[in-house]
Amino acid sequence: MASTEGPAPVEPTPPVDVLYCQVCSFPVEYCEFGSSFTRCKEWLQKTDGALYDRFYSEEALQAKIGTLSLEAQEKLEKDTAKKEAKAEAKAESALKKKMASQVTIKRIERNKRKHVTAILGLENFDVDLKKAAKFFATKFATGASVTKNLQGQDEIVVQGDVSGEIVDMIEDGVGLLKGVPKDNVVEVEEKKKKAGE
Amino acid sequence: MFKKFQPASDVSGQVSVKTSVQRGIRSSILAQWRITPETLEQIWPKKESLTLVKCREHISIYTLHGEPLIFQHFDGPYFPTLRLLHKYPALLPPVTIDRGAIRFLLAGAHMMCPGLTSAGGRLPAAADALPANTPVAIHAEGKEHAAAVGILKLPTEDIKRINKGVGVETVTYLGDDLWKLQTL
Repeated sequence: MASTEGPAPVEPTPPVDVLYCQVCSFPVEYCEFGSSFTRCKEWLQKTDGALYDRFYSEEALQAKIGTLSLEAQEKLEKDTAKKEAKAEAKAESALKKKMASQVTIKRIERNKRKHVTAILGLENFDVDLKKAAKFFATKFATGASVTKNLQGQDEIVVQGDVSGEIVDMIEDGVGLLKGVPKDNVVEVEEKKKKAGE
Repeated sequence: MFKKFQPASDVSGQVSVKTSVQRGIRSSILAQWRITPETLEQIWPKKESLTLVKCREHISIYTLHGEPLIFQHFDGPYFPTLRLLHKYPALLPPVTIDRGAIRFLLAGAHMMCPGLTSAGGRLPAAADALPANTPVAIHAEGKEHAAAVGILKLPTEDIKRINKGVGVETVTYLGDDLWKLQTL
């Protein structure tokens, strides 16, 4: 009888470990197509000098020019420089907007005696709304939830009038409200009239 | 396919996949991709169960421990995510595009035939000709890692012959919203 072994057991191919640039998350060789090429190059030089030489040393750059004609290569460089500048400007304006954005605390009247407190704008400061809502609910022993208001923004609605306490909590930077600077807080009082009145 | 994809708004549900369906996926993958059962075992052990994430436009993403591995559109062929393809480059047959096309690929464009047939591009030889609707890994001239995953719109022989129009449709590329998603 023939040996029943068949082909020897095949070894699984091991996964290739790819170095992803920490700056732009691409594999290192594609950093030039990302929007932060200069920062990527600095990072790579710091992290892995050998790889840096492999990609950005003189001969490597010469070889890369490869099949493109001279003018096409120049155009490519100009376009990537423009793209990088645009991306930097966008990141800067986003950061400025974040600094200027406010956290609005609204006290809304529900019945003559009862109020709800609505907190808008926490997401600009990277606060996880669901966790924050749960946190408020346990802290104040009332209901709290995350809802979308009429403008489509997410807000935390807490039952009862807790606006004062929330301002204090933001000032002290309690729990997950850590990142919020207290000068960005605005308190508003609203008299919500039911539609059709 | 993943140009505009926000997990918060575009994901409609996450379910565990039935074992019968999982077995079906496993056998389809072994048939469609260039993979050995041992390597598949390494990526996706038999005991582990995938999670199906349903997205808008009939896109299904299968994840393991939160990491997306495979996705498909409708009931079409299964594609590996680009991150998976980087780890196991032999999964899909490669086609190469020339350098000038890279920036368009990374913006999400489909690859036109001239990009594949010009000096920098490379297509499989006639002996390994691939039919239409085959998933392929799109490599870039001079680069070691794949830049995108695509699907052939024309058989490779036709791409060489006709040399006009879309050759490979880009399904997912480096830097798209699926790439940015590391867990789901």
